[in-house]
Amino acid sequence: MLFPAGIPLFLKLVDRVTNTIISSKQAESAAVNSQTTLWQIDIFPVEGQPNRLASEVLDNAKDLQINHSMAISAARGFLIQGTLTREQVEELTGNLLVEPVVERCEFALVGSDSLSQAPADLSNLVHVLPLPGVTDPQAESALMAMKQLGYPVEVVRTFKKFWVSDLSTADQQLLNSKILCNDSIEMIVVGPLQLSELHLGQKYEFVKRDIALAGLSDDALMQISQDWTLSLSLIEMHTIRDHFETLGRAPSDIELESIAQTWSEHCSHKTLAGRISYRDENGPRTFSNMLKETIFSATMQIRADLGENDWCVSVFKDNAGIVRFDENYNVAFKVETHNRPSALEPYGGANTGIGGVIRDTLGTGMGAKPICNTDVFCFASPGTPYGELPPGVMHPRRIMKGVVSGVRDYGNRMGIPTVNGAVYFDERYVGNPLVFCGNVGLIPKDKSFKEAQPNDLIVSIGGKTGRDGIHGATFSSAELTESSDVTSGGAVQIGNAITEKMLMDVMLAARDRGLYSAVTDCGAGGYSSAVGEMGEELGAEVWLDKVPLKYEGLSYTEIWISEAQERMVFSVPESDWQEFQALCASESVEATVIGQFKPTGQLVLKFEDQVVGDISMSMLHGGRPPVVREATYQPAPPTPLSKIEEKSTEDWTHDLCKILASPNVASKHWIIRQYDHEVQGGSVIKPLVGAENDGPGDAAVVRPVLQSRRGLAISCGTNPRYGDLDTYHMATSAIDEAIRNCVAVGADPSQIAILDNFCWGHTDRPETLGSLVRAAIGCQDLSVVLQTPFISGKDSLHNEFSYTDGDGNRKTISIPATLLISAMGQVPDIANCVTMDLKKAGNVIFQIGVTGNHFGGSHWAMVNGMTGGQVPTVDAERAKSTFAHLHQAIKSGLIRSCHDMSEGGLAVAVAEMAFAGGLGADISTDEIGIEMPEVEAEAEIDVSYALAAILFSESNTRFLVEVEPQDVHAFESIMGDVDVQRIGSVVTEPKLTIEMAHNLVIESDLTALKQAWLGTLDWN
Amino acid sequence: MSQPNVLILRAPGTNCDQETGYAFELAGGTAGFAHINQLIEKPKLIKDYQILCLPGGFSYGDDIAAGRVLASQMQSRLADVLAEFHADGKLILGICNGFQILIKSGFLLPPDEQGLPATLTWNENGRFIDCWVNLKTDNDKCVFLNGVEQMYLPIAHAEGKFVPRNEAILNQLSANHQLALKYCRPGGLNGFVPFPHNPNGSTAHVAGICDETGRIFGLMPHPERHIDPTHHPRWTREGLAERGDGFAVFENAVQYFF
Repeated sequence: MLFPAGIPLFLKLVDRVTNTIISSKQAESAAVNSQTTLWQIDIFPVEGQPNRLASEVLDNAKDLQINHSMAISAARGFLIQGTLTREQVEELTGNLLVEPVVERCEFALVGSDSLSQAPADLSNLVHVLPLPGVTDPQAESALMAMKQLGYPVEVVRTFKKFWVSDLSTADQQLLNSKILCNDSIEMIVVGPLQLSELHLGQKYEFVKRDIALAGLSDDALMQISQDWTLSLSLIEMHTIRDHFETLGRAPSDIELESIAQTWSEHCSHKTLAGRISYRDENGPRTFSNMLKETIFSATMQIRADLGENDWCVSVFKDNAGIVRFDENYNVAFKVETHNRPSALEPYGGANTGIGGVIRDTLGTGMGAKPICNTDVFCFASPGTPYGELPPGVMHPRRIMKGVVSGVRDYGNRMGIPTVNGAVYFDERYVGNPLVFCGNVGLIPKDKSFKEAQPNDLIVSIGGKTGRDGIHGATFSSAELTESSDVTSGGAVQIGNAITEKMLMDVMLAARDRGLYSAVTDCGAGGYSSAVGEMGEELGAEVWLDKVPLKYEGLSYTEIWISEAQERMVFSVPESDWQEFQALCASESVEATVIGQFKPTGQLVLKFEDQVVGDISMSMLHGGRPPVVREATYQPAPPTPLSKIEEKSTEDWTHDLCKILASPNVASKHWIIRQYDHEVQGGSVIKPLVGAENDGPGDAAVVRPVLQSRRGLAISCGTNPRYGDLDTYHMATSAIDEAIRNCVAVGADPSQIAILDNFCWGHTDRPETLGSLVRAAIGCQDLSVVLQTPFISGKDSLHNEFSYTDGDGNRKTISIPATLLISAMGQVPDIANCVTMDLKKAGNVIFQIGVTGNHFGGSHWAMVNGMTGGQVPTVDAERAKSTFAHLHQAIKSGLIRSCHDMSEGGLAVAVAEMAFAGGLGADISTDEIGIEMPEVEAEAEIDVSYALAAILFSESNTRFLVEVEPQDVHAFESIMGDVDVQRIGSVVTEPKLTIEMAHNLVIESDLTALKQAWLGTLDWN
Repeated sequence: MSQPNVLILRAPGTNCDQETGYAFELAGGTAGFAHINQLIEKPKLIKDYQILCLPGGFSYGDDIAAGRVLASQMQSRLADVLAEFHADGKLILGICNGFQILIKSGFLLPPDEQGLPATLTWNENGRFIDCWVNLKTDNDKCVFLNGVEQMYLPIAHAEGKFVPRNEAILNQLSANHQLALKYCRPGGLNGFVPFPHNPNGSTAHVAGICDETGRIFGLMPHPERHIDPTHHPRWTREGLAERGDGFAVFENAVQYFF
């Protein structure tokens, strides 16, 4: 994309027809006369060193089936503008920009012929530059370093340069648009760069803009909502029009924008926290605030039940939920989604997603110190043929690679271990990948609450403000279409982790010195949301012209709603301002007073002393018109499972391998190893465990306070396939799974806090909203019985992708109903933690829990292309007792290994335990019974059906455990009434055998099982 | 002498400072923290310390190249201060990003007429990797590895491949016992060390280097992440040791002053 409207021309390209470029000679002499010159530095690997950039392009080109004989050479580079001499540029390359030993460079004034000498056989030259205004962290660091070294440099930009062999026009176009350049953040220049200067934006001419609404027709009102990307409904536009009519004036643009941001789905959750009239097979139910009356109410009930033992501290109130940890600290937990930006620019989307959720915990209470991350993704299959993708959609493999590197580069740079995650594949995520980023923070008990005080200064610290992400909040409340990648450029950003790390360092120091009274993050809606929220009870005046800008030319409204990253807003008492500012300055963090909290109840916005906005906080936060939404749920009629063919031992074993190799189950080591999961020095149980450090752990455990032995277990559960059958049971299954994972490593089930993240399709359809309400009711029911409180949550609605297919038909793909449950458990003494790998030959293996015929949505049905069957359900009372007894057994040291049974049931769980431990298992299923509802029991149940249920049913609340022979009796007695079946033993021979009634049904070397599991996502 | 003071130097993007300080404290040192701005402004403050540690992280985002910006900053602003600190018989430790900074600033291996003798660059597989590695020492000279033969430690980096300018340099470093730490196969086996045992493709499997005096040491693995026995990735199988392997590095540094 070249120069989208509204973005200043940072790079002034010389018009090749009307302007002649100044010759290199002229420019060189200009350099001597200390006039501004623009240098280009191309940096190549020296011979013998790999060209990483080129290899990456070739790798991606393979995915797109671009001409396999394509050859490419690539350089990274810098454009440097300043009054630099040739000698100075040479020094800079040696001292700073070029890695000695492994790199070489070529430099000259931009446009010099020497920069466009084609290597042999590579005739096509392409440059890729970040779009004007897009964050360029490398350039920022380079500029800072050059200035510190005393060089007269004004502006730096990075670029990539490619020399490509001759390709067909179609291939070249595909390469340019799908691989070399992502036009939501980058621009492509074919041929040599012809730039005269790197511009610094244009001066802003202040004009206050009012928008007359009085007397406008409904169509005209909706046109305004659309033109300004406000995502406001007609009723909302009416309310705004009427409000300003009573004030006797027209709203200004900034007032309209403020209201749109505050009322956006993203910021106010108006659908789920709104009125809903719901109906399912149990009859009608009316909610005046659905979330409050289901999930939130469950937590309130649990807190009341616990009485003085209530360990929740702050729930559904702050940026993250807070619970008690030990005598000194509480812990905060939040998971956010960043779906739409990730669909358009996976790297930047994921990058700013993790950056954003870290600011959520930082902005909780007086600020929590982030101690670990969790990241869960949903993609279409990375094996999807390119030709089957809908138009305007990026290939899922490319999305996945981008998302993983985005999370990696931000999380690792922040120094926060990424310890937990999951990836879920389903073809319906093709246009709407989901990116869930979560963060846990540690917060001193006495810093868990905040309150901005009258006359406190409003202080912004961290990054500067640019046009980044304008309309992100309202954009994320709209549907994606095939043209989104062209129209939504402003909503996509790149993060700069180091800016956030610097901000975090000074902020935690300021917190401990007591230099502020409140803090919040700048997320969706930018200052508009941050200041609006902090000043809700008080009132605020903001001086928009004081905000530090990345470049000139932003209007007051753009400053107010920009979603530029890495900013946080503080409420600082005037008496503390000097110390606060000095502290920030000591670590090179910019801090600026941008206004003051005033007890007026009004939000007053000024630019150069002129009032541009004056809205009452009550209108902003309480003025949104209530809307009653219809929601219906009709459970799908139960359908029997497709007929099971008779199977041989090879068939059953093959089924097991297919499930192990299916991408949801397969090893995620390619992702996990790219994340630093041990920084901060508190790692206790790593994501990969076992004899070769590569088995799939159930949950990670970290020790956030290095002097203490108390740990936190982080896990998750999600199973969208169950939602296709019944979202109620999908929800309870996800909760059960998240808790199982936590309990399996040693967390105390009586102190697990959970989060909900609902990602759904278009909830304007009553049946879609109904399926969500039903899931929320499931959450409420199970949460109360298990006494497992929800402490925070988030929703992302309207995840649908619309496009026109080859035949001209309008099509829409809705994501499957997706509820992610994230769990944070507490481990009183980490010495009791357990991992899932088999430990010693001779030990006894038990199955805990009751097996049913739960094939609905199961992986066994999926890999065999079967449909129908019972969706897994949760017996709440049984689950509660199972978790409690198993925890007692783990705490008593009776369990050598423990693994949760989920996708693929018994067979997959025991196979994973065996190959993770490098030890075989001999299993007999004779002690396992099958519990079936009466209806199904009447159907024809043959041996194959029973065997399939025992091996692969995904019934909830089940575990496999390994017990030393001498502990068997103690284990059985500690498990009490819980259903426990002795199913076999650990053996030295590296082989898994499962038999039923003395017939061998599964037999495999561990190597074959492990290879199946490792191979699917074992990318380079 | 009493407990040595350890200066943990922070910069924008440093992120292993806290746990590294904790490791030194546990080993009997007294850890203090300073931001690079503070040290540049008041270089004298280093005189109160016996050990300088550059901990892991991504200084200045590792933008341009890992450790490069901080290295050039230290080179231009602190070269004399550090030379004096070293000449006083004190110790300097660089872990991961700290190692990259020590190499790229020339403090660890001083440049000759052709420039820096070696660098640390992108891992062979081109990406960040977190895994555990077996290490073998040459502890003839390196103060920090006194009495240590083998270690099992995690690495977590993208740019840890050691590349010397030529073979002569490598041979000289080897003969001089400066190739203090090398990746090896499990059980300390020598010879060819394939990926992932040599996780980044380092020349001669080099994981850490000391200077000519053995008092400056830089290493890619993270000793501070294997202090506690529960840091070991297989403690639930193999049982709890008394200490993690990495503890010796900090203990040796502190003991050097007793």
